[in-house]
Amino acid sequence: MFKILSKSASTGVVTTRYPETAARVSPLFRGAPKIKFARWSDARPAAEACPTEAISLCDAGSEREVTLDYGLCTFCGYCAEADLSGAITMTNEFALAVRARQDLTLIARYGLNGDGTHQELQSVEQGSVVHEPGQTEAAIQRVAKVLGRSLAIREVDAGSCNGCELEIGALNNPIYDLERLGIHFAASPRHADMLLVTGPVTRNMELALLKTYNATPDPKVVVAVGACGISGGIYGKSYAITGSVGEVVPVDVFVPGCPPRPEALLQGILIAVGRLEQRFLGLRFNNEGFAS
Amino acid sequence: MSESRYDWAAPWPSTSHGVEAYLDVPRELIPGALAALREHHSARLTSVFCEDRVMTEQCFYNYYVLESPAQRAYLVLRAGIPASDPVFPSVSAAFPSANWQEREIQDWFGLTAQGHPNPRRVALHDNWPDVHPLRKEFSAVAELPFAGEQHVYRPTLGEGVFQIPVGPVHAGIIEPGHFSFSVAGEPILYLQLRMFYVHKGIEKRFEQLPVGRCVALAESISGDSSFSHGVAFCQALETVAGLEIPARAEAIRTILLELERIYNHIADIGAIATDVGFVIANAHASRLREMLFVLNEGLTGSRLLRGMVCPGGVRRDWNREQVVELSETLRQFETEFRDLMDIIESSDSTRDRLEHTGVLPTEQARELGVVGVAGRASGIDRDVRRDHPYAAYRHWTVDVPVYTEGDVLRRMMVRVKEIGGALFLIRALLASLTDGAHRVPLPPLEQGRVALSAVEGWRGEILHWIRTGPNNRLERCRIKDPSLNNWPALVEAVKGNIVPDFPVINKSFNLSYSGTDR
Ligand code: SF4
Repeated sequence: MFKILSKSASTGVVTTRYPETAARVSPLFRGAPKIKFARWSDARPAAEACPTEAISLCDAGSEREVTLDYGLCTFCGYCAEADLSGAITMTNEFALAVRARQDLTLIARYGLNGDGTHQELQSVEQGSVVHEPGQTEAAIQRVAKVLGRSLAIREVDAGSCNGCELEIGALNNPIYDLERLGIHFAASPRHADMLLVTGPVTRNMELALLKTYNATPDPKVVVAVGACGISGGIYGKSYAITGSVGEVVPVDVFVPGCPPRPEALLQGILIAVGRLEQRFLGLRFNNEGFAS
Repeated sequence: MSESRYDWAAPWPSTSHGVEAYLDVPRELIPGALAALREHHSARLTSVFCEDRVMTEQCFYNYYVLESPAQRAYLVLRAGIPASDPVFPSVSAAFPSANWQEREIQDWFGLTAQGHPNPRRVALHDNWPDVHPLRKEFSAVAELPFAGEQHVYRPTLGEGVFQIPVGPVHAGIIEPGHFSFSVAGEPILYLQLRMFYVHKGIEKRFEQLPVGRCVALAESISGDSSFSHGVAFCQALETVAGLEIPARAEAIRTILLELERIYNHIADIGAIATDVGFVIANAHASRLREMLFVLNEGLTGSRLLRGMVCPGGVRRDWNREQVVELSETLRQFETEFRDLMDIIESSDSTRDRLEHTGVLPTEQARELGVVGVAGRASGIDRDVRRDHPYAAYRHWTVDVPVYTEGDVLRRMMVRVKEIGGALFLIRALLASLTDGAHRVPLPPLEQGRVALSAVEGWRGEILHWIRTGPNNRLERCRIKDPSLNNWPALVEAVKGNIVPDFPVINKSFNLSYSGTDR
């Protein structure tokens, strides 16, 4: 007993105050890539290197359309390594959670050269390709009101590699200590206000996810975690995978990362219950730097 | 063909490259061959898998991967199975380690394992239509209808005996699987497992991507073993290419493999303590794991060590400050780890809960082909790092802790000892770290080459087997996570224990669902 107490005393308080204070992130941490579209002369090497097709090309006639989808991105940095024009840099940024799936996508248009490189940038715009229904702003506010500052989360692994679970589990450690924010993990969906779902949703888990969703009392919110939860990620389209979480249940917040670090998860959870503002929009991220 | 062509008592053929030797054996001789190899060499059957070569050779091949304490190599028996007669003799009755793997072959390739004691579906659940996804003609992106659930669990009979169904969605933050306990009062009579809930078609996916992009996929086989699986995959490519990686890259890889071992072991020690109600120990353990995650991030850019390994070496070199940071953090970790073990070991009630709980006897462990931490706690003195060394393990001796009691306490003690060993090894590697390249380019891969790669992940033996195809792609990639070998051991270890001890027994194995299900 003495040993236990003296160890606790010598350890002291280790808990972070995030999100009140900034996250402590190593400058060597690899966060989201940032592309200076206007400086880019050839998207092919990056698209070829990208393991998840987060950067993808569509060449038609004399036009090139490049899609960048942070919902697919695993922050691996292969694109920056492969790109020769120096237009891609890996940033430290991780807090990318959004309410609408399309906020994670960007589309850049270029004129195409005969040799496969591209010409000057014509336009960059927010993607609108993906539409997955979530709750409206008003509904989120209602949920926030009902829940107050207390939130019970049921975590559902619908097919992940377990990487996301490691980071979700870390939210319970003394550093991140989720309970300081009135949030805890519940053992049953019947006790939960929120489902935190990792993916991709496999064919063999589709039914279990649906049943869990239906067993969760209203009002409820759903957070899709990680590249695979948002989009299927590295596993792509497969005979064994139904798809993203949003293809099976309505999603309210998407948390990018592979896996998202604990602060990113926390940010997504708080956004979902109206306690934090979304600060990321693809366009802002890439053209004007980060805006909070 | 007659049996006399083979002398199973003879030393195994030597390898030209890599860790394995191959031998073609007619399929009808396989059961006898495996039995003889077990008898003469104490060989362990670790993996059974299939390959579709119908398009080029009009046949399938079954591969049987064996490992023996006396031999320095893996022996791979290959049996051709004509497409016109797609059956093979099952060996599962004699080699329980083949049970799920033979059924995978049935599910994925549509071959029949004749005489299999339990030939039901395993990887494709019973609501799948009659398809065989790993056949070449099957489209990787096929959308399949559901065919209705027909799965039946073995019934439990007898007065006062009942069943407790658990999962696939569990109460904790863990992966999905279904456990069906048959219990008489508190004690567990037996446990039925239904797995493959997170089957993602990863082996098929490897055939779709260019090899460069496959590394990230390998890192996503099992999140807590990202680095080990990444290394296993890259080593297979390097073997095919005949590529030697620089000494510095080998050392960095080895250090990170050991770091992965430490961060998982410390988390497990904490989780085992939690499951017997010793929560304060877990608070320290999870804090220590966080310390290592922060270290990982500074060394590789990723808390889970992702995006670091690449064919030909590692993607990032370390500067002086990083090396200093590494040894400083580990020094602090070691002190704290000592304190933590002091706290855990001074608790008699904890020891009482862990000792004699969830016993896996040596005989059973051997019969089931149990690997890694769980094996070493049950007297199975095997470790790929020592027995088939790779990377920098070739130049260092690895101490392999072995216990015979096979209980939860010993599975924890193996981890404790291995953390000590890992810290020692990392320090030695840092002291002898030489300058030089951290990466060399991987040449384009020759078509039609095969290679087996073995890595001792923190759970145990990871195997990757590849065959290269045209245009820098793979024709086949077989993944064997140690969890695939060890799940049946959990079933044995819980028998006769009380239900409330199940969580701690399960945690002491801590097997990967995603690694198993792929
Ligand atoms: S960092 Fe993202 S966009 Fe770049 S290669 Fe990796 S997954 Fe693709």
